[in-house]
Amino acid sequence: MKKVLLMGNPNVGKSVFFSRLTGVHVISSNYPGTTVEFTKGYMLVGDEKSEIIDVPGTYTLEPTCKAEEVACEMLKGAAKAAVKAGDVIINVVDATNLERNLYLTLELMEQDIPVIVALNMWDDTKHRGIHIDVEKLSDWLGVPVVPTTAVTGEGFAKLIAELYKARTPRVRKHTLEERWKDIGRLVNEIQHIEHKRHTFWEWLQDRTIHPLTGLPIAALIAYAAFWLIRQIGEGLIGHVFEPFFTNVWTPLLLRLSVLLGSSGFWHDILIGHLFDGTIDYFQSFGLLSTAVFVPIGAVLPYVLAFYLVLGLLEDSGYLPRLAVLLDTLMHRIGLHGFAIVPTLLGFGCNVPGILATRILESERERFIASTLISIGVPCAALQAMIIGVLGKHGLWPVALVYFTLGLTWLVLGFILNKFLPGFSPELLLEIPPYRFPPLGVLSRKLWWRIKAFLKEAFPVVMAGVLVVGILYHVGLFDLLANLSAPLMTGLLGLPKEAVIAIVVGFLRKDMAVGMLLPYALTVNQLIIACVVLAMFFPCIATFIVLLRELGWKNMLKATVIMVLTAFTVGGLLNLLL
Amino acid sequence: MESEKALLPVTQLKEGESGTIWEIAGGLNAVRRLEALGIRQGKSLKKLGGMYLRGPVVVQVGHTKISIGHGMASKIVVEVRR
Repeated sequence: MKKVLLMGNPNVGKSVFFSRLTGVHVISSNYPGTTVEFTKGYMLVGDEKSEIIDVPGTYTLEPTCKAEEVACEMLKGAAKAAVKAGDVIINVVDATNLERNLYLTLELMEQDIPVIVALNMWDDTKHRGIHIDVEKLSDWLGVPVVPTTAVTGEGFAKLIAELYKARTPRVRKHTLEERWKDIGRLVNEIQHIEHKRHTFWEWLQDRTIHPLTGLPIAALIAYAAFWLIRQIGEGLIGHVFEPFFTNVWTPLLLRLSVLLGSSGFWHDILIGHLFDGTIDYFQSFGLLSTAVFVPIGAVLPYVLAFYLVLGLLEDSGYLPRLAVLLDTLMHRIGLHGFAIVPTLLGFGCNVPGILATRILESERERFIASTLISIGVPCAALQAMIIGVLGKHGLWPVALVYFTLGLTWLVLGFILNKFLPGFSPELLLEIPPYRFPPLGVLSRKLWWRIKAFLKEAFPVVMAGVLVVGILYHVGLFDLLANLSAPLMTGLLGLPKEAVIAIVVGFLRKDMAVGMLLPYALTVNQLIIACVVLAMFFPCIATFIVLLRELGWKNMLKATVIMVLTAFTVGGLLNLLL
Repeated sequence: MESEKALLPVTQLKEGESGTIWEIAGGLNAVRRLEALGIRQGKSLKKLGGMYLRGPVVVQVGHTKISIGHGMASKIVVEVRR
């Protein structure tokens, strides 16, 4: 099968390109480094099936971070196999940044593999008064050049037609200096730029990275984001999810309960325990009651709201600016400003957050960032439950949990930076222009993320409910509670039975918070339990990704740090509250 | 008024000031990463701003805006007319 590699600089739209060619959706955003591992998909043209590979963006073939390493290794692999298989590289080029992008183009052309150049973001060149002589560029390079706009699909028919004519370019090997010289000469010849006046967006662009105006704007945006997430989340619960569960699902389950004879094994497994003749979704613990309600009724509304707002922030191009503003602070904890992006992703789910640390340059940074994310950054599901459980008692308990997590994140980062050998590399980051988030891309991304959430959450929650049921039945639970009593009660001031929440926390933390409810904890105990659950051992999915990204040695190190931190902070809270 | 040429690191440029990159006095790795982003000898560069407390500097080269950590920015020497 023919392989088609999509390669290019970061943030030129390779992922949108990929979605358009294959119909498979991958996450795309407006910042460099959205894709950190390669994604495969297939395209059918006539009878011929081709494999399309979305390669992480890279500026050169000399990698500077893990994501770029992936790109270079893939290319080497492809170059070896290319001669037989007839593989092709589509070099996606940002047409508004021709000079810089062509450097990689020349490097790619020296790899003995057919290249097609796609001049992407072609619509943008028109707005910006950039004129490019496509034919001349194609002649000079000796490879097909096709102007495209991936977001709308402009130019794709022509590009696909070229795919079958592509051949290996004949170029001599350039030295570094020659490459730039050639590109300079070429760009002078084929590109003409009109002078355009500053637009409103460009004016805003400068204001958001200026320290005096940028920090207040950042605070405003953060506030607006939280407000919006809460409004959407609560609105969805109040108007959609709560009415559905009260008016439709509960009567249905109650009827089923009667059918099952109101007790017995299947009743306990499917419906769970009834309280005052009805279902308590947090405490019943049946596969059809709690295991359905927690992911859908309690967590999904907030996950939806969070990813909608995150998508807006990602696609607008604001995040790299936030990275600039926070760079100084992040250096104190051994990272640089761009590490804010994986951190924000972690607030949705820690797994993509930790994967995204690949955009960071050194192993030390990736270790610090991953550890801090798994300790101090609660995922959307966990947050939804924390808000659900603690929100009843007012704003301050919720605020206290966030404050404790934030402070721990900062202090622990500071300590790690002090004691880990090495230093934090400097920020070097392209700042993309602001764009109005393309609604098609935005909604597809949201849908994709929601689907991923449901696919992951459902089976694990079901498994969790089953495990809990079995622990109760076998009586293992009492043994566990007694064994952990000194730690749970002595150090943290929690009832020893709360250990069940910690056990379930290995599977899913949102459900673990729900497990605390039957024990009628005081507000202070709830705060301590939420903090400890958030920091303690990562959930199974995060655990696996940590193991894969850090290796088992560093993973163990991170785990020890997590457990120590969780008990230290939990114990301190117990003393102070 | 006679304008004078001066060689300054990017960190010492004023906001909005432009100049031509004279040299990048960093290690091979830093030079490579900067060059890949289009920051290299002979290109003209405009400083858009810088954060306080030795924070990163934001520059524009061609159509690209790039933020550069303070240390790395201090190694980019620019020729300016004042």
